[in-house]
Amino acid sequence: MSVAHDNVQLAAPPATPRRRASLLERGLPALLGALGIVGALFAWQIFSEIGPVDPHFLPPPSDVLPQFFQNLGYADFWTATGYTLRAWLLGLVISTLGAIVLGVIIGSSDFLRQATHSTIEFLRPIPSVALIPLAALLYGPVLKAELLIVAFACFWIVLVQVLYGVADVDKVATDTAHTMHLSYLQRVRYLVFPTLLPYLVTGIRLAATVALILSIGVELIVGTPGLGQKVALAQINDATPSMYALILTSGVLGMLVNGLMGLLERRLLFWHASVRGGVKS
Amino acid sequence: MSERQDVRLSVSQVQKVYRRDGREFEAVRSLTFDLHEGEFACLVGPSGSGKTTLLKCIAGLMQPTSGTVVLDGKKVNGPAKGMAVVFQEYGRSLYPWLTVEGNIELPLKVAKLSKAERRARVDEALTSVGLENARKSYPWQLSGGMQQRVAIARAVATHPSVLLMDEPFAAVDAQTRADLEDLVRAVWKRHNMTILFVTHDIDESVYLAERVLVLSSSPTVVQDDLAIDLPAERDQLETRSMPRFTELRAHVYGQVQIAKTNKGGATSAQQTSTV
Amino acid sequence: MKLLKRFLYFVGLPALLIVLWWATSRNGTSFFVPKPGPLVHAFRTVWLGDGFHKDVVPSLTRLAAGLIISIALGIGLGVVIGSVDWVRWLLGPLLEFLRAVPSTILIPVLLLVIGINDAMKVTVIVLGCIWPVLLNTVKGVASIDEVQLSTGEVYGLRGLDRLRYLVLPAASPQIFAGIRQSLAVGLVLMVTSEMFAATEGIGYATINFQNQVAIPEMWSGIVLLGLIGVALSVLFQLVQRRVLGWYEGLKESANV
Ligand SMILES: Nc1ncnc2c1ncn2[C@@H]1O[C@H](COP(=O)(O)OP(=O)(O)OP(=O)(O)O)[C@@H](O)[C@H]1O
Ligand SMILES: [Mg+2]
Repeated sequence: MSVAHDNVQLAAPPATPRRRASLLERGLPALLGALGIVGALFAWQIFSEIGPVDPHFLPPPSDVLPQFFQNLGYADFWTATGYTLRAWLLGLVISTLGAIVLGVIIGSSDFLRQATHSTIEFLRPIPSVALIPLAALLYGPVLKAELLIVAFACFWIVLVQVLYGVADVDKVATDTAHTMHLSYLQRVRYLVFPTLLPYLVTGIRLAATVALILSIGVELIVGTPGLGQKVALAQINDATPSMYALILTSGVLGMLVNGLMGLLERRLLFWHASVRGGVKS
Repeated sequence: MSERQDVRLSVSQVQKVYRRDGREFEAVRSLTFDLHEGEFACLVGPSGSGKTTLLKCIAGLMQPTSGTVVLDGKKVNGPAKGMAVVFQEYGRSLYPWLTVEGNIELPLKVAKLSKAERRARVDEALTSVGLENARKSYPWQLSGGMQQRVAIARAVATHPSVLLMDEPFAAVDAQTRADLEDLVRAVWKRHNMTILFVTHDIDESVYLAERVLVLSSSPTVVQDDLAIDLPAERDQLETRSMPRFTELRAHVYGQVQIAKTNKGGATSAQQTSTV
Repeated sequence: MKLLKRFLYFVGLPALLIVLWWATSRNGTSFFVPKPGPLVHAFRTVWLGDGFHKDVVPSLTRLAAGLIISIALGIGLGVVIGSVDWVRWLLGPLLEFLRAVPSTILIPVLLLVIGINDAMKVTVIVLGCIWPVLLNTVKGVASIDEVQLSTGEVYGLRGLDRLRYLVLPAASPQIFAGIRQSLAVGLVLMVTSEMFAATEGIGYATINFQNQVAIPEMWSGIVLLGLIGVALSVLFQLVQRRVLGWYEGLKESANV
């Protein structure tokens, strides 16, 4: 449909060349960025002390940050993080594999593509969280419930990208492949897959973010073990600094996920002159 | 050339030094010339000699490192009223989200012209470039030559007193190019504008202009300033086969050859040629 | 003939799936799979009766409010951040962090700070949905073609005119990509926040049916949420086709 650009490098210097360039220009963005973070922490501290919200509900960073670092020493904390990451990764891998196989099969046949179009367009906007009650009923608070929700959501995101990618395979290249008597699998390997890759990476990147949101969501509601469940517990126990520390943790986790996806993108697509602008979302 | 009273645009000692990543690059060393009311001047020079740079300084899109540009007695600090620009990258200068009509109308809307007036101007501009039928199309539905005509129509519709054109015909085929050349001359006569036209096509410069300025290689100075004394009525076949045309062309060609090796005013004084 | 073929392609698989569902659930062996009849009945009584005012309307209102606020704020802030270098540099890393926080985790905190009310749920939606719009707007605005900018300058586009005729249209393809992501996230957050802490709403009612093991009713909630998702997606595509028609055309003409 339209261009997906969410790997935005906010801190990068602008593309416009008509600016005064100098040594300053290199250091300045990083400096200002650090200033922004420090400033935000300051604002939080002050708001928490004199703002309208009870400091018990919004503890200042001077309470939250120590808690955050303390957490790093608890085995319990690492187990919870591990559970969340496990559900995230498994859900992502399962859905990606499923979506690739199904996407390539559907995408390479005109008949299948047309016949499944309406069904896919109907199923894909269904919010996977709607299935939380079903998952809870079927499995209870275990990994399987979380996987069902995460994998369902990611599957559609990746599938749609794979379908776009397969559709993008060059007609002339396909004909060339036929004249060279490549087998079906060889065509997939040497022609379809390389064309597909940038789309696939976009899909995985979008899915990775959603997967994290969903695994934590399921942990909150169904109570499967993980960071979400810990936050819900902290809320029940009224341990607010602990809650905020866990949110910081989830933010760091999210940044790691984004970084990992950026790395994946650069690694897999290094041959791709410019990571293509036309990739659809 | 004798002193004249009707100076429109005065460029004096313009220098432009690009700074990037701590390194400096002197694109334009020192350019000085005047354009007079109703003059049609062509600027030729080797690729990379700073023609676009100069044009951007004149248009007020960037500040020269030193020197001044004066339009109608006022120093140019930003884009001035009464100046229009046709960019080298015409495809990118038309807004793809607006129709042809919308593109031409936009500067007029911004200038708060009445609806009736806008309509009249758009009609007139479209007629003068022969695109009456394309008014509802989007730029990307048109060919390169048609897009360039839209860009010209947009400039003309603002009734500029000075029109700057940066290699506008570099990317169109020969036939379209000839048509567009005659079109620009026709528009120039009709609206009595002052035109500064950048090109690196020597034939084109001689055919179009009343005056040709030759720039040296970067860092750039004015290498030669030549009056074109061809008859005002020009015709692609007739004018181009005149002996005088050939003489002038040969002269400009010679100057450009010198320009390619001549950097930063190795010949000391700026020269005003008569052939 | 061609139309008939397209129609068959459109309804073929869905019809097949429905028949399959009907045939397999007829004998009523699986406890978790509802029969079509009771499901339709449950849907009508639960959501089109009392539930419409009690649950559906509040949910949709919160979703709409959250999305509208996110889109307006995201575009507004994105334009400012995207056009001013130092603001972008100042806020860049901070925004990178904030958007990386998985928004569902904020639900318990907001519950604590704001309480169980509409404001909390709208805040959750905004805190999740604003990032795709904001970041895409920033990117779109910061990468506007330089010739387009120069053209605007030369022809005197300034202030609001510049925003309306140059900046917003030029960034609109990216903005729409952001909005599309936001819609999906918004629906997820609406449902999650209602399932976690609410006294009404579609999410609340559905999870309630699960607790009461009211299978057809629970499924009817799932179906309703699916229908809302589909409706949102259709609405989005209609708007996008109108607003971004030029962009689709431009891309097509560039591809030949
Ligand atoms: N933004 C910039 N930063 C640094 N150097 C630049 C910049 N713009 C142009 N230059 C350099 O200045 C010189 C003149 O460039 P300019 O674009 O003005 O040339 P030109 O005469 O228009 O060339 P052409 O005929 O190819 O269009 C070139 O060497 C170019 O590399
Ligand atoms: Mg140039």
